[in-house]
Amino acid sequence: MSSGGAEGPAPPGPEAAVPGSAPPPRQWPLWEVFVRAKRGLSHHHVGSLHAPDAEMALRNARDVYTRRQEGVSIWVVPAAAIVASSPDEKDPFFDPAGDKVYRHPTFYELPEGVRHL
Amino acid sequence: MPADTGIEGRDQAPSEVRVAGEVEELERRFQELVDADQRIEPRDWMPEGYRRTLIRQIAQHAHSEIIGMQPEGNWITRAPSLKRKAILLAKVQDEGGHGIYLYSAAETLGVSRDELVDLLHSGRQKYSSIFNYPTLTWADVGAIGWLVDGAAITNQIPLCRCSYGPYGRAMVRICKEESFHQRQGYDILYTLARGTPRQREMAQDAVNRWWWPSLMMFGPPDEASQHSAQSMAWGIKRHSNDELRQRFVDVTVPQAEVLGLSLPDPEIRWNEDRGHYDFGPIDWDELRRVVSGDGPCNRQRMAHKVAAHENGRWVREAALAYEAKLEAGYKRGARASGRAA
Repeated sequence: MSSGGAEGPAPPGPEAAVPGSAPPPRQWPLWEVFVRAKRGLSHHHVGSLHAPDAEMALRNARDVYTRRQEGVSIWVVPAAAIVASSPDEKDPFFDPAGDKVYRHPTFYELPEGVRHL
Repeated sequence: MPADTGIEGRDQAPSEVRVAGEVEELERRFQELVDADQRIEPRDWMPEGYRRTLIRQIAQHAHSEIIGMQPEGNWITRAPSLKRKAILLAKVQDEGGHGIYLYSAAETLGVSRDELVDLLHSGRQKYSSIFNYPTLTWADVGAIGWLVDGAAITNQIPLCRCSYGPYGRAMVRICKEESFHQRQGYDILYTLARGTPRQREMAQDAVNRWWWPSLMMFGPPDEASQHSAQSMAWGIKRHSNDELRQRFVDVTVPQAEVLGLSLPDPEIRWNEDRGHYDFGPIDWDELRRVVSGDGPCNRQRMAHKVAAHENGRWVREAALAYEAKLEAGYKRGARASGRAA
């Protein structure tokens, strides 16, 4: 497991201080944007953007991702707050589900003549 | 600023300490995914060359969207009606949005926005040379929408299936929005072509000037294209430059006929045997000149971009300072209420 954004790279690490020079200005943090397209649907990830704070992230998300009425609700989440599973295929994270085909109804053979089951 | 290697770089040991054969195994699995038409996602292992190629291509694409706001922005205050002005404003805003989708996609590869902006401003990354041509009349706004955005769409539709997930997803959004751009351009030219003789002449002049640069947007001819073969193998590119150029000519020639405007190439004619339109040779020297900095507007475009970025610096810094102040106030408030309780 590692944190650092659903899709994004980890947030920039501490800048190396150069003696005698002002620290470089910090970049606006990265936010992941989720949009509910219409009532009855869940929020979906649509992309990301930079903003100085949550309120601006929300306003920017409206301008960047819903210029054509693509949503009725927006979530913005600091990318750094997202914890993601490792993408490595060798990772046994998802293996436990692999041998449990009996979780699917199609695993079971129904006797002849059984209906509504 | 040092290159941020992103999550990939943090999660995995550098390749030189990998046991022998492991990189080959990772490369084999990567290529299998690409060959199976699966998508590569940001935190998957990928060859360094793939990452570098994508960063270069997506960043250049993002820069083009942002610089592309300038030639059209030039006409916002002089649009011929309030309706045309509102439409052009919306279109230029879309271009800014496209730049942001693409910068976000590039950032998933472990490069920061600041680095990308810096690479553009210092001339180490480029933008599409089409935006180094000036917009001399209102008809140019029409020609850009019809021809330049038309060429862009032809290029971009196959990119929706690019092997890199975030780039493909950004392209899907962009392609949807570009259709509006192309139609608004065509609408402008269609109106002018049916206007006064002077307006018609203006429309024809704009088409004459934008036609050849639009064909150059597809890049050098296949035999001179450096990156094509590798990009095809990686599933970044799906069609060759010449194929896409031909596709664009084939759909555009009949559209010009409906406009009643001519294309500035006497060699355009339908070739029954090929099932395509033939067209005349492209002046590649002109493309080389413009790419290497000697187009009509290169210096102006960059100067304007850098100035806008520098003039906005205090706003970016003030926004961060304000956020820090709110945060500090919030913490003080939390401590105060903690004591009270």
